[in-house]
Amino acid sequence: MTNLSRRTVLAGLAGASATALAAPHVRPAGATPGVTDTEILLGQTMPYSGGASGYADWGRAEVAYFEMINAQGGINGRHVRLISLDDGLSPPKTVEQTRRMVERDGVLALFGSFATSPNSAIHRYVNSRGVPHLFLASGASKWADPENYPWTMGWLPDYPTEAKVYAQYIMENDPDATASIFYQNDDGGRDFYEGFKAGFGDQVDRYLVGEQTFEATDPTVDAQIANLQQSGANYLFIIGQPRTMAQAIRGSYDSGWRPNLMINAGSASVSGTLEPAGLDKAAGIMSVAFVKDPTDDTWADDPGFLAWSAFMDEWFPKGRKSDVNTVYGYCMAQTMEQVLRQCGDDLSRENVMAQAANLRDLALPMLLPGVTINTAPDDYRPIEAMRLQRFNGAKWELFGDTIGG
Amino acid sequence: MSTATINPVLEPVKAPPGYVANRAILTGGSRQVTVLALIAVAIVLPFVLGEYRLFQATQVLIFAVAILGLNILTGYNGQISVGHSAFLAMGAYATAILGIEFGMPYWLAIPTSGLICLGFGFLFGFPALRLQGFYLALATFSLAVALPQLLRYKGIEQWTGGVQGLFVDKPAVPAGLPVTPDQWIYFVTLFVTIALFWAAWNLVRGPVGRAVIALRDHEVAAEVMGIRASIFKSLTFGVSAMYTGIAGSLSALSIQFVAPDSFHMFVSVTLLVGAVVGGVATIWGAFLGALFVVFIPNVAEQISSNATWAVYGAFLLLVIYLMPNGMAGGLEDLFRRLRARAPGR
Repeated sequence: MTNLSRRTVLAGLAGASATALAAPHVRPAGATPGVTDTEILLGQTMPYSGGASGYADWGRAEVAYFEMINAQGGINGRHVRLISLDDGLSPPKTVEQTRRMVERDGVLALFGSFATSPNSAIHRYVNSRGVPHLFLASGASKWADPENYPWTMGWLPDYPTEAKVYAQYIMENDPDATASIFYQNDDGGRDFYEGFKAGFGDQVDRYLVGEQTFEATDPTVDAQIANLQQSGANYLFIIGQPRTMAQAIRGSYDSGWRPNLMINAGSASVSGTLEPAGLDKAAGIMSVAFVKDPTDDTWADDPGFLAWSAFMDEWFPKGRKSDVNTVYGYCMAQTMEQVLRQCGDDLSRENVMAQAANLRDLALPMLLPGVTINTAPDDYRPIEAMRLQRFNGAKWELFGDTIGG
Repeated sequence: MSTATINPVLEPVKAPPGYVANRAILTGGSRQVTVLALIAVAIVLPFVLGEYRLFQATQVLIFAVAILGLNILTGYNGQISVGHSAFLAMGAYATAILGIEFGMPYWLAIPTSGLICLGFGFLFGFPALRLQGFYLALATFSLAVALPQLLRYKGIEQWTGGVQGLFVDKPAVPAGLPVTPDQWIYFVTLFVTIALFWAAWNLVRGPVGRAVIALRDHEVAAEVMGIRASIFKSLTFGVSAMYTGIAGSLSALSIQFVAPDSFHMFVSVTLLVGAVVGGVATIWGAFLGALFVVFIPNVAEQISSNATWAVYGAFLLLVIYLMPNGMAGGLEDLFRRLRARAPGR
């Protein structure tokens, strides 16, 4: 998919050996790496092999999207080529592949590299070198730190932000209620937990009456659900992988407790989580969303959905349309496209970052109505807005106004 | 074989397939010249290669040390380990934590990490002595799968950084040296690699090495000759862990980041692949194996990005079929044939 042309490899090698003899940290004056009169070069790492290869279509959709843009004439007359390399989700391999793209292939910027630990491994490297490290496929909150890491910017709404939405919903709509939380014992889970507590502010002791954790490997979660039931909370917020979440949904229903359920958006898949739990038991569950669910027929005639669907048919026919990762890839690539369009002919790395931090009310075809992308030099969180949704026993239904943003 | 039933101790020792008592490709003076020439090339390399290639060269040296560690255990002592990624992790985390928590300079942290792994390896090797072959492999496997999870454990998160991992500072270039940080970490790695290869070379050819090999070839016979299996096998495990731990330490310094995901159990398999492909029970094989495990995945990705590991597997099969004694053995055969053909010899 990303086979380098012979010419580029030779040019890269020549460039590398030329710069090797000079001081390596100095770029030849006037020339930005990865930019010629006809081409812009971007790079990313994705887990095309290994346990996380289920996310591969996220990266493939992005590569396909730029192929479509190029067929339509490119951006300001330049074709965009995205080198997408496999790191198997192993941080040392991410470092190797990233250094290859930055130092040998000479990419202008990194775009959409996948997951938290691989991006952590290159966080310092790209910032000490001044390489734009944009729109990471990770929800960790640490990517929005323009003061210390001015070259890195995330894309997904971060986990604490999402958790706060649920806490605020409870406080505003059901102020007499109590809540409990059940989360997977890992970094992501704890990000949600801290965000949930922060959402209640100084009232956290009054609202939050129960908390339990589980390990990804726990065969059942009945014991924890029984403990949570003791708390008598009216709300239960569950964060975790689909399998355990399905067990928790079913368990809290079958025990007769039947609290109002909230689940994190990452696992809010109808086929992956709610069907295994039992659609009747899942009715009424709340979650949030920021992209259009490609399997939801609400969007069947929506122009944005039709544009995405046409893109998938023509440029990425191997990708599954039911896979929401292709939607994320599509939206992310469009965000990058917008940044490059705003750059015009000033494709310096500094200007790429300046434009990435200068996105105003960017509405994308597959983002939910009301959700827009906004950034500023002190705001490195492209997507902060979300919509609440409720499962009606058959599909998700949006309700209420856009939150945050 | 009929004697075996009467007196097993006197059974003639059968060398394992591919084992050659003296596996030197070159002998005497010409070997020294070759080694010196290789070292000279290695010293010039950072001034010729681009930054990315230099980074890869550093990774090759690090893998060579790690594979050599495994080779000492598996090749020379016949103990199978599929858990050496755990020692790689221990070395890397030891260096990271010593640097961050105790402010230990890197040149002290490298040997200290090695000693920590020596201790752990020795202690692990002691009970593991009772386990043979596959059972030992399973025990080491448990180490490899358990450690990444233990590193995530909440109770020790303040030191290990949990899932987030730890950042490691790159060794500072000594004042006045006209090299970049990347070149410096390469030279540090090169120095350590040469020292460890030299030590291993002497170790396996001395009395200790003979004892270790004797235990592999026939434990009972070796014990009859007065070699204490318990001490020697544990010690071999310890030394092997130390080598791999030092490689982990160097890897932390060059990657500048350690996380549980970096030491997935698959890394152990990679080391085993490197040891076998390079040539078990050879010193230089470790280096050849390192070249294979660092470069072949990238070559495979260039050939097909959709079936990288299938291509990698094909390369692996090719090497195993064409060079059943590993690359070191294959090269040796090649040299022999060339020499036999050369007139006047």
